[in-house]
Amino acid sequence: MTPRIKKLRDQSLNAIYRISAERALLITDFYKNQLAFGDSIPVQRAKSFRYILEYKHICINEDELIVGERGPAPKETPTYPEITVHSLQDLDILNSRSKVWFRVDEKTRKAYEEVIIPFWKGRSNRDRIMQQMSDEWHDSYDAGIFTEFMEQRAPGHTVAGNKVFRKGMLDLIADIENALQKIDWLNDPKAFDRSEELKAMKITAESIILFANRHSDQLELLAEKEKDITRKAELIEMIRICRKVPAHAPETFHEALQHYWFIHLGVVTEVNPWDSFNPGRLDQHLYPYFSKETKAGTLTAESATELLESFWVKFNNHPAPPKVGVTALESNTYTDFSLINLGGVKPDGSDAVNELSFLILDVIEEMRILQPSSMVQLSKKNPESFINRAVKIAKTGFGQPSIFNTDAIVQELVGQGKTLEDARNGGASGCVESGAFGTESYILTGYFNLPKILEITLHNGFDPRTGKQIGLKTGEATDFQTYEALLDAFRKQVNHFVDIKIKGSNAIENIFIHHVPTPFLSILIDDCIERGTDYISGGARYNTNYIQGVGMGTMTDSLTAIKKHVFQDRTFIMSELMEALVSDFENNPQLHYQLIYQTPKYGNDDDAADDQIREVFDIYYSAVNGHKSPRGADYRINLLPTTCHVYFGSVMHAGPDGRKAGMPVSEGISPVQGADLQGPTSVIKSAAKIDHLKTGGTLLNQKFSPAFFSDDSAIQKVSSLVRSYFRMDGHHIQFNVIDGNTLRDAQKHPEKYRDLIVRVAGYSDYFNDLGEDLQNEIIHRTEHENF
Amino acid sequence: MTGILFDIKRFAVHDGPGIRTTVFLKGCPLKCLWCHNPESISPQPCTIEKISRIGEQTFRNDEVVGQLKSVNEVMEILEKEWIFMDESGGGVTFSGGEPLLQHEFLAELLIACKQRGMHTAVDTCGFTSSEVLLKIAPLTDLFLYDLKMMNSEKHKFCTGADNQLILENLQKLVSENYKIRIRIPVIPEINDAPENISEIILFLKSLNGQVEGVDLLPFHNTASGKYKRFEINYTMNETRKPEASVMDAIKKQFEEAGFEVKIGG
Repeated sequence: MTPRIKKLRDQSLNAIYRISAERALLITDFYKNQLAFGDSIPVQRAKSFRYILEYKHICINEDELIVGERGPAPKETPTYPEITVHSLQDLDILNSRSKVWFRVDEKTRKAYEEVIIPFWKGRSNRDRIMQQMSDEWHDSYDAGIFTEFMEQRAPGHTVAGNKVFRKGMLDLIADIENALQKIDWLNDPKAFDRSEELKAMKITAESIILFANRHSDQLELLAEKEKDITRKAELIEMIRICRKVPAHAPETFHEALQHYWFIHLGVVTEVNPWDSFNPGRLDQHLYPYFSKETKAGTLTAESATELLESFWVKFNNHPAPPKVGVTALESNTYTDFSLINLGGVKPDGSDAVNELSFLILDVIEEMRILQPSSMVQLSKKNPESFINRAVKIAKTGFGQPSIFNTDAIVQELVGQGKTLEDARNGGASGCVESGAFGTESYILTGYFNLPKILEITLHNGFDPRTGKQIGLKTGEATDFQTYEALLDAFRKQVNHFVDIKIKGSNAIENIFIHHVPTPFLSILIDDCIERGTDYISGGARYNTNYIQGVGMGTMTDSLTAIKKHVFQDRTFIMSELMEALVSDFENNPQLHYQLIYQTPKYGNDDDAADDQIREVFDIYYSAVNGHKSPRGADYRINLLPTTCHVYFGSVMHAGPDGRKAGMPVSEGISPVQGADLQGPTSVIKSAAKIDHLKTGGTLLNQKFSPAFFSDDSAIQKVSSLVRSYFRMDGHHIQFNVIDGNTLRDAQKHPEKYRDLIVRVAGYSDYFNDLGEDLQNEIIHRTEHENF
Repeated sequence: MTGILFDIKRFAVHDGPGIRTTVFLKGCPLKCLWCHNPESISPQPCTIEKISRIGEQTFRNDEVVGQLKSVNEVMEILEKEWIFMDESGGGVTFSGGEPLLQHEFLAELLIACKQRGMHTAVDTCGFTSSEVLLKIAPLTDLFLYDLKMMNSEKHKFCTGADNQLILENLQKLVSENYKIRIRIPVIPEINDAPENISEIILFLKSLNGQVEGVDLLPFHNTASGKYKRFEINYTMNETRKPEASVMDAIKKQFEEAGFEVKIGG
């Protein structure tokens, strides 16, 4: 690592997380003064975007090579009051909470109190949404049946494709002009809407050029003052680059990175999208520049590394915009979810691994920072050296890179109706979600608490925590004469709640379509320009909405326990079970023992348990698939929790799998914490029993102690383990390589472990920043220490 | 045909090449002082009390150590791991106890594995008749052959048998060109002295053929709890695992003599 990178990395790691009112004040100013009065909504949005980029502070950090910050300084995080407005209480919580705090200074608080809140309260998009939701939606939401991603962050779960690198903004403006010319004013009922959307797109493209030029202006001032001759030369080169990109397509490695970075800032300034945008297949996009320049001698591996590492720091400077209200509980984390993809296959299906893939792996290993997160796509066509290198980095224990199955992702996407080429250009983003990069609008709508629905089924549709009848009356638990009758009731309840969830999500989507179009994001994703239609209104070539199922392992073990003990062996009767669950097993420790120790568990390659995961999967899949959203998206499932398995466990009493009241449910498709006793091959066999290809992504977490990866032969064996899982169509696997003692020590002495990053669930976070319950849960996950 | 197993371990990665499943057959003719699996020595199943915990509460239950299983039943379990063996170049390792004690059962298992295309390894102490050994050898892809020490009296003291038969058997296997890895449990103050290692090296050099390599298995004391549970007398509670420097020195000794060596197998 060069001294420059070390300095920038330290700056980024040590920067204090703050709330910045800059963006909020600018957009308030814009709307309050009615600067786009009378314009269509897309044009208003575009002009407000331009207003922010025109007036926001330009931040250029000392010695940096890639410039541009979303806020006024690193880790100063803007807010989006037109989408969700923080209350003073929210700000106080953010400022004072012990974990994941954002400092709120007096000036910011005052701006909120006097300007931002008075203007936006009752008028933000979240206010519109909350007024629109039905009572049954609110009851289910309050009960912890599901969460709703879109209630306070905007849709934007997508990833840049190749076009972003091959075209400059001026090229895109030409495409927009062309689309405007082609509007069929004679026959197209949507001609006016398209025209307004395209005008808005053009404004945003011009705005980002303006933003880049403001950086050049600032750099010129710095260059004039600069005494150091080397730095002065760098600044002059940066001035040139920021005048060229993103207006024109990049032609050098440095230009390409800076070009992308301006675009990235545009996307995350326009709205607060989930899983912030990322460059996706970075080794593929950058390879032409890398190859050309290294051959010409204008770029070396060292200079490429320094540029990439500068780029890495920029991501790390940008924490996720903090949330409001109770949602902070669901996901208490700083990190957003930019996931760099490496490897995989080329559009023609051939091996895509190149020398840059390995160079970027070196960068990942050297940087060891949270954002961007990274993954390798592993196809059967990729070489052993590639997967071995990735596993070697994973063993250093900071949770990156995770490993994805390219061949499964391609099949998933083709199965959803994408062309083979668009599927091969895709990958995984966010935590584990499959997507066609550059051509798909895929929106994660929220988590779905499957074990909670079993709890409600066992209470005849009644939620014991909120004291409300929120589900269907499918019969008292003691009335079920057979396991199949119980399963049928569960199915009806799942369908009931999925319907409530989808009705809610569709209403929310309509609100976004009408009030929060995203013309800048739309120019990046095909075919929004050609269709003259916004990303959020169906302009993308492919549209998908996901509902993320949580608690598969807990669900499976709960059903297995009931099936075996109540209906098959009659170890105990249903009323005994129900009494034990309500009393948190206090009244019946023996029954608790039987549930934990004398019941087959998912994760041991035992069909007596694994048969139930197939049933749960089919019930959930059938409930979700087949529904449509207003923009024409298909609803689909994926199976991942982020940190929501902790929140979902907290809203439930004890469970038939032996889980104590309030404890987390299982995460992803991983077994219940501690239930897998036969080692990783058995976990993998169990996990492969569901049909991954019918999902948009599944998450499997395997924890290893560092001792396991002692030598190259052990690393080779882990690689073989991954390859075996992928031969069975497994979607994703990640390794948490850390031992429990280290983590316990980190709990006691957080000061000694400031850099300790662990894989949480589909992403990594600083161990110290996790809540204590989440820390405990990670410690508790099975450690395969004795292999 | 049935036999008595005391464990099957999936994802065994230290018992031969690739990802393996290790099948532990019950019963052993030796009684090594340092035995890690004392429950494996008796050929008969036995019942122990198993204690499980939930928080502060404890629950007691009887558990049988040693299951009677047919060849088909074992093969069904091995079949579950087929994809990992195939992908990693792994296979099945038969260990114990001493697998050759149930040699008829073992022979049928080895044949069944061969038919399924599974690589086979047999982890043996070598204390068996040479007829049995040579019957098993053609069905086995790799022997993991234990050598503890060259001093016959000490061997007898530590394992209950002298090592003459063991050394003769090894000679026979080597001279017939079977693939063999030598496994040496390194026990502090018992066989970790350079003299013992030199003697082993001299012996291996004197053989009429080559071994594939040497695995050094450092002693660890994780079995002491088992001795307590099974109420078996254990004399090595005070022994600690060998120092890394000792392991490295032994490794070096073998390497200088031209052997391929791995610590940990």
